Amino acid sequence: MHGSTTDTVLKISNVTKSFGQVAALKSMSLEVRRGRVHTLLGENGAGKSTLMKILAGVHGATSGEITLDDQPYRPANPQQASALGLAIVFQELSLCNNLTVAENILATREPRKFGFINDKALVARAKAIVAELGLPIDVTEKVGNLSIAQRQLVEIAKGLSHDAKVVILDEPTSSLSDSEAEILFDIIGRLKNRGVAVIYISHRMEEIMRLSDDITVIRDGEYVSTHDRNDVTIEALIALMVGRRMEEIYPPPMHDRPTQDAPVLAVEHLTRDGDFADISFEVGTGEILGFFGLVGSGRSEVMNALFGMKNADGTVRLDGKDVRFRSPAEAIARGIGFVTENRKEEGLVLGHSVGWNISMAALPDFTGPFGFTRAGAERKASAAEVGRLAIKTHSLDTPAGSLSGGNQQKIVLAKWLLTRPKVLILDEPTRGVDVGAKFEIYKIIRQLAAEGTAILLISSELPEVLGMSDRVIVMHEGVIGATLAGTDLTPETIMAHATGFQS
Amino acid sequence: MTQQTAAQAALVRALKQYGGIFLSLVMLCIIFSFLNPRFMSVVNFMNILQQVAVIAIAAFGMTWVILLGEIDLSVGSIIAVAGMVGAQCFAFGLGFGPALAVTIVAGALMGMLNGVLTAKLLLPSFIVTVATMGIYRGLVSLPTNGAPAMIDNSTWTAIGTESFLGLPIIIWVVAVLFVINQIVLSKTSFGRRAYLTGGNREAAIYSGIKVDRLKIIIFMISGVMAAISGVLLSSRLFSAQTNAGMSYELDAIAAAVLGGTSLAGGVGTMVGTLIGALIIGVMNNGMNMLSVPYFYQLIVKGLVILVAVWLDVRAKQAKR
Repeated sequence: MHGSTTDTVLKISNVTKSFGQVAALKSMSLEVRRGRVHTLLGENGAGKSTLMKILAGVHGATSGEITLDDQPYRPANPQQASALGLAIVFQELSLCNNLTVAENILATREPRKFGFINDKALVARAKAIVAELGLPIDVTEKVGNLSIAQRQLVEIAKGLSHDAKVVILDEPTSSLSDSEAEILFDIIGRLKNRGVAVIYISHRMEEIMRLSDDITVIRDGEYVSTHDRNDVTIEALIALMVGRRMEEIYPPPMHDRPTQDAPVLAVEHLTRDGDFADISFEVGTGEILGFFGLVGSGRSEVMNALFGMKNADGTVRLDGKDVRFRSPAEAIARGIGFVTENRKEEGLVLGHSVGWNISMAALPDFTGPFGFTRAGAERKASAAEVGRLAIKTHSLDTPAGSLSGGNQQKIVLAKWLLTRPKVLILDEPTRGVDVGAKFEIYKIIRQLAAEGTAILLISSELPEVLGMSDRVIVMHEGVIGATLAGTDLTPETIMAHATGFQS
Repeated sequence: MTQQTAAQAALVRALKQYGGIFLSLVMLCIIFSFLNPRFMSVVNFMNILQQVAVIAIAAFGMTWVILLGEIDLSVGSIIAVAGMVGAQCFAFGLGFGPALAVTIVAGALMGMLNGVLTAKLLLPSFIVTVATMGIYRGLVSLPTNGAPAMIDNSTWTAIGTESFLGLPIIIWVVAVLFVINQIVLSKTSFGRRAYLTGGNREAAIYSGIKVDRLKIIIFMISGVMAAISGVLLSSRLFSAQTNAGMSYELDAIAAAVLGGTSLAGGVGTMVGTLIGALIIGVMNNGMNMLSVPYFYQLIVKGLVILVAVWLDVRAKQAKR
């Protein structure tokens, strides 16, 4: 190990970064040691991403010093950072969908022969990398044909294929199912054994406690404290992170569930070949029905069918009447709302204003004679939602893309609340959202249920499903494995049904 | 907020949005008036407005299409077809009103074909309209075997030659169409849907916007605007020419893009497009007055577009 006297590989001293008047990072200091997983914990906007971008060579620090192996470390661009031994796997996918897995993993470093890319060597090298990491992925497959989770694993393979001293993983599990996350944890274990230092960023407390050796909390761009994993509790970390004590992560129900009234939505034998089969369930007024399943279990496909995005056979009854939606417009008109899984792709028009995004699905309600938009009423209604959901935005005219992840997610919620839905589908409503915003979103969901909205809550986070749902439907490979309620609602039974290993 | 400050805020916003492009227009005018003293005159400006009318109207339609993240390369050919349809209507003995109606319907149908092929067959609009550009251009020559067709209807030719309340009718037509397009784009839910769909098609679909229908209607708008351009052009020429409007689609695209319409979709206004069209008109007119050879004009126009768009892109990046 280069005969270094200390096991510190990366040392960050008093690093400050300002964007104009705004200080995103104030005098940050951090030491990362070989063969250890160092977790950075902080709410969205706390400065984690800025620090990572400085390390990756995307931004330069305004002041302060960074050393890598006791040498000054000042990368001018990501290529240099990677050449110096720092690999980074960003949260946002940066893969080319039209290229194969192998081409993506070895992008810009393809083995060449007479100036042309040597395809055989390319595939062989990519195969070796994938095999070493133990990933179940065919390297000749086009990335566009992979699931989001598999793409995330490819992204990780791409980052790790460099001979890295320090590996940064920015929310790598946010779109992975638990079994896929296990593969990743395995990879992290191997990296540690090779003496690589891992900087880990995640919002999932259980996984942080399991993986980390050291945990550093940052808040509002400032260093708060560093802890040995064995000397700290989840509750203490959350309190440090949000700067206040969080009594509970999941707010309690605000109402007693009505005992037995007619279901708002009843689905019978919903089937689409190859995606899901014989899906039947009911959801009642004010009920939160959880949907749990691993990635690829067909949860999102079922919801797309309910929402009129895609066809399916079977019966759907809304308020006792048979319905068949041929488009989302029809579903919305009949009182269905759908907070989609990926807010940047299907949820928001990032370049347009907060106000326009909020009124987007309810536009027919704000259309007057001759198709004119009733701008006054529209702004008033949007402003009311901004107030109700406590969306932190400068004004209704601020572009949605300039807000933090949590506030963007609240805009998506606001958009659907404005349509006054009878049934609201929530697909991963807290993905990539920090703990504080999560709690607020959970409160909104509780409030909606108390007001009588029937809620379908889809989540890959087991604690979220357990903490919020009245009943849980577990899906496995396109069919319903079990419908659980009451004392059956335990992590063990849910996981058993989700993986298909129920006794 | 008092009315005074609201007006001030609107002015500041307008300056921020159009200041650069408007300044370019003023600069061009100043440069040309130094090079040729006859440039700066009411008569010449009227001239410029009339010359730019055909491109401006086609560019209004193009703005809708580009706003949606699509492109329409067939407008030059539709301009020619429209003139020929009008001429043939008169040859069949139709009056002005029916002939105008048939011409506009023809434009709408050609636009609809572009829209349906793009939306329903999921073909890229670039390819679809490259193909229909050829098809429509070929159709022009069918009735006359490639010969021009004279137009002797006095109402039709009056559009391009007569005045109303002291202004050439052609300028009234541009003004009315500008106001209608601007109002529909900025004040109606249809316009809002165009902005939202251009900004993020997936999100628009999930929010209940019928994206396919919207796309077909917008290609129809582009077809209708091109047809009206064709009416104006043929009325100025007293005839339908088979090569009329050749490469006008490029001027229309340039006008929209100079005016700040983003080729990525979701961004653009009719005000910007009008200023963009004026810049192109001023350049054509100014260089003609200086007797600059046509091939030099092409080079200069190309360079001006490059510089203007580059300045615009740079300004937008600086804002981030």
